[in-house]
Amino acid sequence: MRPLVHRSPMPGLGLSMGITLTMLSLVVLIPIGALLLKGANYGLAGIWETVNRERVWAALFLSFRLSLIAALFNLVFGVLLAWVLVRYRFPGRRLLDAAVDLPFALPTAVAGISLTALYAPNGAFGVLAGEIGWKIAYTQWGILIALIFVGLPFVARTVQPVIEEIEREVEEASATLGATRLHTIRHVILPMLLPAALTGFALALARAVGEYGSVIFIAGNIPLVTEIAPLLIIIQLEEFNYDAAAAIGIAMLLISFAMLLVINLIQVWSRRRIGHV
Amino acid sequence: MSDATFRPATEETPLARRILIGLAVTGLLILVFAPLVAVFVEALRDGIMASLESLASRDAWAAIKLTLTIAAISVPLNAIFGVAAAWFITKFDFRGKAFLITLIDLPFSVSPVVAGLCIVLTFGANSAMGAWLVDNGYPIVFAMPGIILATMFVTFPFVARELIPVMIEQGRAEEEAALTLGAGGWRVFWTVTLPNIRWALLYGVLLCNARAMGEFGAVAVVSGKIRGETATIPTTIEMLYQEYLSVAAFTLAAVLALLALVTLVLKTLLELRHADQLAATHRH
Repeated sequence: MRPLVHRSPMPGLGLSMGITLTMLSLVVLIPIGALLLKGANYGLAGIWETVNRERVWAALFLSFRLSLIAALFNLVFGVLLAWVLVRYRFPGRRLLDAAVDLPFALPTAVAGISLTALYAPNGAFGVLAGEIGWKIAYTQWGILIALIFVGLPFVARTVQPVIEEIEREVEEASATLGATRLHTIRHVILPMLLPAALTGFALALARAVGEYGSVIFIAGNIPLVTEIAPLLIIIQLEEFNYDAAAAIGIAMLLISFAMLLVINLIQVWSRRRIGHV
Repeated sequence: MSDATFRPATEETPLARRILIGLAVTGLLILVFAPLVAVFVEALRDGIMASLESLASRDAWAAIKLTLTIAAISVPLNAIFGVAAAWFITKFDFRGKAFLITLIDLPFSVSPVVAGLCIVLTFGANSAMGAWLVDNGYPIVFAMPGIILATMFVTFPFVARELIPVMIEQGRAEEEAALTLGAGGWRVFWTVTLPNIRWALLYGVLLCNARAMGEFGAVAVVSGKIRGETATIPTTIEMLYQEYLSVAAFTLAAVLALLALVTLVLKTLLELRHADQLAATHRH
């Protein structure tokens, strides 16, 4: 049997392990454990009873469905962005490249009120949309826009390094063998980008499902229509309904764990397929 | 690098290229630049004096002070964790390493609201530990320690995540050489390891700080949003906005947006100047 920790001449094993495990437990594991424990006390039947209500299902389904659409949009737009930023040289490219990270850097509450100001019926984009009778803010469209915003960088940033590493020879070989450019992109380049793009997609999806700050301002928060799952937890907490909050929290935690598992499986699969990530 | 000379057989037609660039630029203009500009336009709607006046209010100042204090405590703590975790993971071989890395990354896939909920359930007055702490005069939830814990939770992986790939790539040879030459553990760390990882550390701290100052969901749950006491900048923005004090809300938002812009500029500079000492995914 392998030893738990291999002998090593490196100093600081006790200290670094101690800090790592203590802080990890205190900040992350004990709190998550407390939530799971609360759920265990409450029982599966109790959790099911809380979650199995029209309003909760509607919120979970809404969060998941809109997150999926937003992540799909970002999958396509992210690959396009990564391609343009790596392959083409044009004025303003650096600025564009830096701007891709803005949704990571801009606090969610700031994004939330700013998107609302833009897409509200009297906002710059809201007025334009209103002319064709399209209402964006305070509808599901508004939530979708906010989720697209927060998920925008994920796919672009995971795909960009992969495009940089594609060797031109592969594309040349394809062209020499008579493939059209479109054929090369479809059958040679896109398959190479797929694992990274899927990883980015899953990350964007996970982020969107749990997103709160950028969504609540633009959502309108009408029960059954534009109420997202994280908001339900806040509402339960404000009514000191800790059991119900915990039950919905556990449902969301399980969704996150499932997505984490999927991300890891994608990475294992792509490592086998290509030899590296 | 992609600066290779272009060969006609491996590039798109000029028209296709123009369309793709056009789509990328238009998309980013609408999705990213417009919201950024809107923050400043809304903040300056009644002129700069009105904005500055709203910033000078007592609640705004209290929020700014609280947010700076929170960041000043939680970011260094997370930096210490990140360095310790990266050292433990990259300098030693042990069972369960991949699992440990997954646990460290866990906060990235947990909703901030769920993170806040976890902290309320652990340390809130209705839990055994929380009740004991409150009785002894150390309330955590609806007080500063809770906000710090929530902030640390959501920013937990940032520093470790930047350091681990860099330290794996650098290997252990330099540290081993220093040890052979008789240097002690701390001396090896300060004179060999730290100079090698300082830019990656700074990069991680930068991202960690931006998120720490802007965190909203997790903090909204644990802070109780007591005006002048436990309201951070983001939660104050929410309260002002809901009271229809639009200029005041957007002025505070503009402060955070400026912070985000400074973060992006510094991050881009690091990527340009010290790319070879950052994680490989940031080199472009």
